Amino acid sequence: MPSRRRIDPLLLYAIAFLIFIYVPVLLLPLFSFNDSPYVAFPLKEFTLRWYEQMIGAEQLQRSLVNSIKVGVIVAVVSTALGMLAALSFTRYRIFGRTALNGIILLPLVIPSIILGVSILVILRQFFDIPLSLWTIGAGHVLICTPFAMLVLVSRLEGFDRSLEEASLDLGENRFQTFWRVTLPLALPGVVSSLLISFTTSFDEYVIASFLASSESTLPMYMWSQLRFPQRLPEVLALGSCILGVSFVVIAFAEWYRRRDLQPARA
Amino acid sequence: MARADFISIQNISKHFGQVAAVDEVSLDIRQGEFFSLLGPSGCGKTTLLRMLGGFEQPTAGEIFIDGESLADVPAYHRPTNMVFQSYAIFPHLNVQANIAYGLRKDRLPKEELRRRVDEALALVKLKGLENRQATQLSGGQRQRVALARALIKRPKVLLLDEPLGALDRKLREEMQVELRLLQQQVGITFVFVTHDQEEALTMSDRVAVMDSGKVLQIASPSELYERPNCITVASFIGQMNFLPAVVKHSNGASVDLEVAGFGASKALLHGGRPLQRNDVTVALRPEKLRLGTEAQALHNRTEARIEAVAYLGDRCHVHLRANGVEKALLVSAAAGIPLRQGDNIAVGWPADAAVLLAD
Repeated sequence: MPSRRRIDPLLLYAIAFLIFIYVPVLLLPLFSFNDSPYVAFPLKEFTLRWYEQMIGAEQLQRSLVNSIKVGVIVAVVSTALGMLAALSFTRYRIFGRTALNGIILLPLVIPSIILGVSILVILRQFFDIPLSLWTIGAGHVLICTPFAMLVLVSRLEGFDRSLEEASLDLGENRFQTFWRVTLPLALPGVVSSLLISFTTSFDEYVIASFLASSESTLPMYMWSQLRFPQRLPEVLALGSCILGVSFVVIAFAEWYRRRDLQPARA
Repeated sequence: MARADFISIQNISKHFGQVAAVDEVSLDIRQGEFFSLLGPSGCGKTTLLRMLGGFEQPTAGEIFIDGESLADVPAYHRPTNMVFQSYAIFPHLNVQANIAYGLRKDRLPKEELRRRVDEALALVKLKGLENRQATQLSGGQRQRVALARALIKRPKVLLLDEPLGALDRKLREEMQVELRLLQQQVGITFVFVTHDQEEALTMSDRVAVMDSGKVLQIASPSELYERPNCITVASFIGQMNFLPAVVKHSNGASVDLEVAGFGASKALLHGGRPLQRNDVTVALRPEKLRLGTEAQALHNRTEARIEAVAYLGDRCHVHLRANGVEKALLVSAAAGIPLRQGDNIAVGWPADAAVLLAD
């Protein structure tokens, strides 16, 4: 048993780790309430000025809405694609399975800058497709589908195959079996896949900046604002809001996941 | 009128790569019969059952149920329902929704649906558990839900894949009796897969013994026990003493043999099946052997030394060493005969007790 006096080095390490990870993040809300355009100590007075400015910024709102639109569509499309891939990998014996798996996962290891440039070249030079939010979405689907597939494969592998056979046996065809058995049982995986895809897209800068028209996404907007020092606190306020929303979403996702893990008797 | 070939399996084979899991099996199952497929694991019994249910496609051969070919019928259109080994209870649904799962297509009015579910619950003695979540059921309850869920569809054939394997011994014995009564009550043809010979013998009308993808024998439980047709079946069902023997003379009804350990012996031929070869195996059930004074009166007898005695309450199992017999003879005798380890005792068997096996 560890004595009371001695401090566990592992505990110290854990504390240092938490400080390293979270203190910079916490500086964000701190300075967003600070009545000074400069991010520096000592703190000045408390203010909600930056939040007011943020709410008033039309460009910001447009890009936020753009990011949400792209994120939601990307989440749904990549989860659907990921589900199809996961079903075929776990339920059928397909020719060239390993190779296909590798091809789908490849975008995970290709640098985004290369993906961005190459998609841009293909879209503009070969197909002459005008850039828009749709092209950003297409790029994001490419990088989100591997995540979606990985999450869903692990979920689909986890449950008894005979559940689907039982549904077929009771008179439902494969399509109905998917809706009545497979999807409900894979739901926690589907929810994680939607969340991961959405956040990946919401947060993505490099590909979006290559594939964007005049309509920008939120990360692009924030980056563009950093050129103007007096706009920095507004970006901090925005960052704090995103942090708050993410916290709520993660807490919800975790709650949902745990609810699912409640003791199932064998 | 019950059809003798209600289920007709004709030259069915299933190959997985190079391995023949089921190898040219043909058999007929009667309407309303409790039919078991019995064999060690890997003998092909589950694959055969899954081909009946439509979960495996035969490599060759054809299956008919009630005269209709199942060749192009997918699992969801077959007149069969299955109780899975794992029970496959839908974990996201409660008991009622599990049982009513297969009735969605029938679009029954609410009261009718309710009545059918109640009926099914009563049938498997689960009344009052309608709203229980599937995850909160015990193993025995899950099995009953699986049964109700399959029977509510009123299938022509119910397929059961080792449904009692996951239950503890006491519950398993209760369920054996209950399943049998249930089958007689609903009158549905049951095809039951098991590796437990006791289970197959107690429940079935007929049993097919399988090994290495082939059916060795199809017979009623008593016939399987009394008249196994080969050494594999004889050793798989119950306990058996095997003695090598040579046929000296055969007149169609009885045989004169030279049996290891017993010398010149007489045996009756059952069913008048002529023996193909001269060297045969004499198979004797432990309870057919006689000891002491009872053995003295028999023609086929020898002297043996008592090697061990195992007391089982109403009976005792005696291991005997006889000259010329490689393995110890196992005799099941009524308790009460004085038996002492190391003593010599007469052991014999009546002419009608032996089964002659020629493989």
